[in-house]
Amino acid sequence: MTEVKSILMVGVGGQGTILAGKILSMGLMTAGFDVKMSEVHGMAQRGGSVSNQVRFGEKVFSPIIGKGQADILVAFEKMEAMRWLEYLKPAGKVVVNDFQIPSGPILIGSCDYPENILESLATKAHTTAIRAGEIAAQIGNPRGMNLVLLGALVKGMELTHIDFEAEIAKNVKPATLKLNIEAFRAGVAALEK
Amino acid sequence: MKKLLTGNEAIAQGAWEAGVSYASAYPGTPSTEILENIAEFKADIIAEWAPNEKVALETAIGASVIGARSLAAMKMVGVNVAADPLFSFAYSGVNGGMVLVSGDDPGCHSSQNEQDNRNYAKFAKIAMVEPSDSQEAKDMVKSALEISEQFDTPVLMRITTRICHSKSIVEIGERENVAKKAYERDVQKYDLVPATARKRRVAVEERMNKLKAFTETTELNRVEWNDKKIGIVTSGIAYQYAQEVFGATASYLKLGFTYPLPIEKIRAFAAQVGTLYVVEELEPYMEEQIKAAGIACIGKEKIPAIGELTPDIVAIALKGEHIPCAEPDMALVVGRPPLLCAGCPHRGFFYELSKVKNLMITGDIGCYSLGGNAPLNAKDTCICMGASISMGHGVQKILNRIGSETRTVAVIGDSTFFHSGMTSLLHVAYNRSNTVMCIMDNRITGMTGHQENPGTGFTLQGMPTKEADIPAIVRALGIDALRVVNPLDLKEVREALAWALSLDEPAVIITRWPCVLKKHSEADKKEFGDYMGTCRVDEAKCIGCKMCVKTGCPALRFDKAAKKVSIDAGQCVGCKICLQVCPVKAISKVGE
Repeated sequence: MTEVKSILMVGVGGQGTILAGKILSMGLMTAGFDVKMSEVHGMAQRGGSVSNQVRFGEKVFSPIIGKGQADILVAFEKMEAMRWLEYLKPAGKVVVNDFQIPSGPILIGSCDYPENILESLATKAHTTAIRAGEIAAQIGNPRGMNLVLLGALVKGMELTHIDFEAEIAKNVKPATLKLNIEAFRAGVAALEK
Repeated sequence: MKKLLTGNEAIAQGAWEAGVSYASAYPGTPSTEILENIAEFKADIIAEWAPNEKVALETAIGASVIGARSLAAMKMVGVNVAADPLFSFAYSGVNGGMVLVSGDDPGCHSSQNEQDNRNYAKFAKIAMVEPSDSQEAKDMVKSALEISEQFDTPVLMRITTRICHSKSIVEIGERENVAKKAYERDVQKYDLVPATARKRRVAVEERMNKLKAFTETTELNRVEWNDKKIGIVTSGIAYQYAQEVFGATASYLKLGFTYPLPIEKIRAFAAQVGTLYVVEELEPYMEEQIKAAGIACIGKEKIPAIGELTPDIVAIALKGEHIPCAEPDMALVVGRPPLLCAGCPHRGFFYELSKVKNLMITGDIGCYSLGGNAPLNAKDTCICMGASISMGHGVQKILNRIGSETRTVAVIGDSTFFHSGMTSLLHVAYNRSNTVMCIMDNRITGMTGHQENPGTGFTLQGMPTKEADIPAIVRALGIDALRVVNPLDLKEVREALAWALSLDEPAVIITRWPCVLKKHSEADKKEFGDYMGTCRVDEAKCIGCKMCVKTGCPALRFDKAAKKVSIDAGQCVGCKICLQVCPVKAISKVGE
């Protein structure tokens, strides 16, 4: 029986983690894996911290990932990487978007956005930081940050043999398909470096 | 064909396949998407948003009594609202099969409590099923409807957030067209006057005896034999966690039909295993019944009864395992509470409300509950749907009795007003307190993700309909003091609050502006126009006073080093709240 793998995507409500998780899950299902994906709706959407959990293998039971169980943590925002880090296996990988979204207490000036998160992450886990926002902007698709991060995730989990581009085609508007595929490929390339 | 579906989507698919003809609900996380997905089957199923859960259940009861298969869905606290018809429908029984889906929310992701609604099945003496993934969720709708018709009982399908919002693979089937059953007038069954109720009370117990026999043999309750040193009785999502933790090192009695419980099956299972664990989320619902039957087991002595279970919690509780994990530096993590969106029409109202002294603010259920968070801090209480107005009245009556100068302002949204605020408002008008009631009409049901309601002019399945007129309702209920204001105009809000608080009679302020995320209807476009744009800060003029930041808008950024505010153009929609509070006119709207 192949080992079940656990992927944790975290970010801030509105960053597109759910779409990325959907494309990932559908690709894994098409590739023949049993897949479960879990997300939380409602209150958390209003600019709160959000997570999207995907587990796949020959037979998956729990749809959610316990602490110390994720093989990879993909953070769409860097403070969220630290918030969710305890869900990562000690030998797990972190792919973190070097991008910050100040939360409520920071916006109103009651505290500062923490410094040196990336440096601290690197001392705690195998960490790769990418600038998904800049990468997306460079290819003329500033809203494609989530696809860049999905590409990085796919490379990070060595899943590039699965045809995720076909799943992207099923999930984005035809007019944006080319740019989204480019964003996805740029994400894969970002982790190859 | 296989599809990756959430539990909610699977239940909708199951309802369609099982021949449901009528479904109704009131939106509530985690159950909302059930009806949204059923609504897609327009040709076969009448799907409707009800103003509240009691109405949703009663309409489904009507459809059942006349002979159609029906479904009602709601979040767990909604079942409290619907409990009145539920407990009596349990006596009359069904004609067409009827299933009530309760979406429980362990961990209070989006709820004000974490009640375990399995207790309702026992309390109301009705059958209950509990799926543990999306395939079972789909299949169990059909099983539930068959059980409902076979045993003449409504069936409770109890699901939880992780069933509702987790996707797993489902085999899609075809619709079984179930013909409507004939309706024959039967007052001895459906007309629950006391004489009938007393007879039906006996029928309920006879039904219970039949269900007790059924639960021992149904395939919904199955044994999975592995190593017998440990046996686990479990149901719902907890089954997945138990499997995750123990795998083939334990045997399982996996229960899908959980009221009444198969006590003899459990006894036989217990006799063949070494240690018997009961793994269940929230209350010791099964454990108490198992222990009462004299079967030794271990449950809540080890597994927490508070909050959501996860695989690691089960592993730590039952195996005493230490699970190594990467260790975060939490000094580098700042809280990220949900916020009112940039451009939210509630912001301006709460900003002005927060400045009024000597107020008690009774809140309600919806996005506007976020008005209580920093920096607005404009809320004292939140209990349940509709309570803002009735609680506010109780507060004000006592304050007035003791001669206090403190005033009460109740804050409620449009959909919540229709849900159960109208009767509360009637109480205030009838019993005369000078409570100020604010109905925040953002033209949609916001928090649950934009569902139509009686005030929006459209039904769930997209039919244009008569729009409920909130000012007319308020007047008809007995309120003379009424103002409708634009919440983006702070002066208008400020003056309305001062006016309402100056009165010695019940007063209502209606703020009318669409949710910033709402897709505008033609009527919205006509009424509100195209106001979207962007505001900008003139850095030379900004004095860094942070007045604008006190509105709590997530588009505003305060740079501590430079002591200047900037606006994130990606988030700003140009609502101009910040512009109105700036004392030095440093903010302007681009193009104005």
